[in-house]
Order: sequence, then structure tokens, then C-alpha cells
Amino acid sequence: MTESRSTGTFPVKRGLAEMMKGGVIMDVVTPGQAKVAEDAGAVAVMALERVPADIRRDGGVARMSDPEMIEGIKAAVSIPVMAKVRIGHFVEAQILQALGVDFIDESEVLTPADEAHHIDKFAFDVPFVCGATNLGEALRRISEGAAMIRSKGEAGTGNVVEAVRHLRSIIGDIKKITQADQAELFEWAKRLQAPLPLVQEIAETGKLQVPLFCAGGLATPADAALAMQLGAESVFVGSGIFKSEDPGPRAKAIVEATTHFNDPDILAKVSRGLGAPMTGIEMDDVNQRYAERGW
Amino acid sequence: MPNGAGEPISGGSGPTVGVLALQGAFEVHQQRLHRLGVRAPLIRTPRELDAVDALVLPGGESTTMSRLLGTSGLFDVLAARLADGMPVFGTCAGMILCATEVLDARPDQRGFELIDITVRRNGYGRQLDSFEADLDVQGLATPFHAVFIRAPLVERLGTGVEVLACHDGVPVLVRAGSCTVAAFHPELTDDVRLHELFVEHLSSTD
Repeated sequence: MTESRSTGTFPVKRGLAEMMKGGVIMDVVTPGQAKVAEDAGAVAVMALERVPADIRRDGGVARMSDPEMIEGIKAAVSIPVMAKVRIGHFVEAQILQALGVDFIDESEVLTPADEAHHIDKFAFDVPFVCGATNLGEALRRISEGAAMIRSKGEAGTGNVVEAVRHLRSIIGDIKKITQADQAELFEWAKRLQAPLPLVQEIAETGKLQVPLFCAGGLATPADAALAMQLGAESVFVGSGIFKSEDPGPRAKAIVEATTHFNDPDILAKVSRGLGAPMTGIEMDDVNQRYAERGW
Repeated sequence: MPNGAGEPISGGSGPTVGVLALQGAFEVHQQRLHRLGVRAPLIRTPRELDAVDALVLPGGESTTMSRLLGTSGLFDVLAARLADGMPVFGTCAGMILCATEVLDARPDQRGFELIDITVRRNGYGRQLDSFEADLDVQGLATPFHAVFIRAPLVERLGTGVEVLACHDGVPVLVRAGSCTVAAFHPELTDDVRLHELFVEHLSSTD
């Protein structure tokens, strides 16, 4: 009959990702910051102990955040709460699922726990987002059960150049695959080191099977709109908000810029008078490329 | 019926159903309407609202949409159109935006108060409690497969609110006058029958 229900299915996981489209997911380290993010119109917050810029500065091993800190943020807001685990660290993921977080980010910003294996994400009821620098990486993560892909960019730099590179790479290859014939799809699957059925699906639909968001280095409303115009379906902003001079107005402006990404008049209006953005780092001065973690 | 999703439809004399596109699952709603041969422009500014006969309020984060309705200048214009009787189909966050009373909402969250129901935001729980289920829907011959994502829970029905489907005895698809709201996401499955019912209802009330 019609009264049963199934939880933790792939459509249910992918569904939450779909609900976050056209939105901004903001990194927060305290319940106070989470409130600022929610007030500004964030669709979700990423609860973590240090924003990537600080992880970069401090060095050392970066791990899953303290459950107490995640629970504090969960209690502070009504929007979905995400949290990060190290690549391959399925026990950190088990802990986050037990805490009831809404989404897990298997993230290269933390120090990888496994040099060969990502987490089997089908084994969990909670949805996962994973980073990707190119289409092959994105499809491998989807084949492991990711319900959302984010282009990696270079977190904690305030420099959008890597995010643009990764987004262009992923979307550029998707476009090429839609033009390929059947014989070429075998070659694409081989070259991308990705499952053939996923490549064939892209040839048919012209899209990834899950939403494609953009992350890593976005710091201004214009950066968010750039990612959206290039084809991202939402943006993650990490250090860019709470490492800026005046986080509240900047957060609100980035939310508006993400919605009205194609309207230069609105972008001009919301970009005014936001104070100084985070300083940012030139790529040649980046000591550790987080985007190179994961495979 | 046109086959491919996402094909813009031009011409024709049928209604134009706008899809509010401030945030959320607006694109899939548009695809479903396109499959029915219905013009479905995305709406982000007051100007874009002029061309539509009816509106879909999609799922997404109701707090985010409520804020963007204010900053975009859409709220007052849209409220006036809706008060004027423009038909609306709200799903999930869209249901929250249409309800007369919302529990567990942010204090500054605004809605259109179009249908006399009380809903509790995230009333079914967090994402781990999100689920899929088959529903018997009034007017459909076979069950409709529904996806509920951090769904609002209907806790009270006002008089004159018609229940079109329930899950575990709780109303999940209800209608009053020109306002139809669902706690779930008909846009997340391939089944276009609920969009079809909404569009048919438009023609019948013309």
C-alpha cells in the first residue's frame, strides 16, 4: 500500500543537493557565524573548526571537527548543516552521520586519511559532496555514490583562478562528450578513467548526474556570479566571507549575486561598499595545493 | 507532447506558468512544464512577472527565498498578483511560503498567507529523515511516487482546504481555491501528472 517510506536512497540524497541550487553554502566556525550566514540567506552552512585560510596558515594535520562544535552550530540554525571528513576516513563519516549532519563533504581541505580509496558513499544514508578538478575525478566520485560534485578550486587562497580552471575543465569536457559518437565514448571513458555508463549518460543529457557546485577561492559577489555564468549551479564560499573586513554585508551580497548572476546592474549594485575582501594569495606563493589531494 | 526536457516552447495559446527562480529546484520544475508543452519562464525580477498567468513556487530553502523575495523587490508585486487570484503551485519551501501559519520559522521570514494551513518547517526531521513514498492522489488512477526532503509537516487544516493526498494520515497535498501546495517534490520524479493537474485546473478556472 501507500504508507511505507524509504530513507537514505539516492533520489533522497540527490534531492537535497537539488534544493541547494542557486544558493550559497558558507563555511562557519562558530554558532554566531552560522547565524550571520543564515541571516544573509545561505542555503546551508559548513561547520568546521578552522576556515581553509587558517588551516593553510597553521599547517599540521587537519581532521574532522569536534562533535560538540558541530552540535552547537546545528542548534543555532534551521538550514542544513554540512561538515567535512578526511578523504577515505569512513569512521569520521560514521560519526558525522550519527550526529545527524545533513551533508558530508569528503574534503581535500583536510589531510587525507587514505591514499588510494575514497569513502564508499553508498554505504551511508547521509548524502556526500566531493571535490573534483576534472570530469574524470567527478565521475569517479559519482560512481562511489557522491550526491553532489563541487569543483575544487584552491581553498583558503581567496583566488578564483583555480576554481575557474576546474569548472572550465569539467564543463568543457561535458560539452565535448555531447558531440562525440559512440566509438569515441569508449575512448572518453578510458581517457577519463571513468565508468562508461556515466560517460554515455553525459552524452545523452549534457549534464552530470548530480548537481555541480563551485568551491575554492571565491571571495566577492563577482566571483560567485563568474562561477554561475561558467555553469556552476551553486557556490561554496569558505574563507572569503569570514576572513573579509565586514562578513555580514559581504555574505548578503554574495547570496544576491548568486541568484542574479546574469544581471550586471544588480551585480554592480550589490558589489558596492562591502569593505576589504580577504587578502588572498597568488598561486605561485601557495605552499600546499589542496586540489592535488584525491584521485 | 514534446519529448525532450528543457525545450523552450514558443507560440501556442495556453497559459504561461512562471517558475520562481530565486533559489532551489526551479530548473526541474521548468523541465516538467516544458514536457507538457507549457511556456515556463524563470522569474527573478518584478518585470518578469508581468508575462505570467500562474506561478510555481519551487522547493529550496524558504529562509533564503524569503530574503531574496525582499531584496529583489518581488515580494510586494507578487503578493498583489496572488491576492488578485493568480493560481500558484507551491512545493516544499513553496508550501511554506503559501501557508497562513509557519512554525519553527525565522522571526523575519515572510510569506503570502494564501492557504489556511499551519505547517512546521522541517517537521519530518533532518535530512536523515527525508524519504520516498507512494501516495494515493485524488484524481490519479495509480499511486504517485513522492520524494520528501526535509519536508514541512502540515499540522492544521483550515476550513475549505481540500486534501488531495495524505501520507501516514497527514495531508501532504492540499488545495484551496487557486492555491495548491505539496509537502513533497513532484519535480524530482519523471512523473508529470501533478504538473498536468495544475495546468488543467488553470484552464478549468479560466
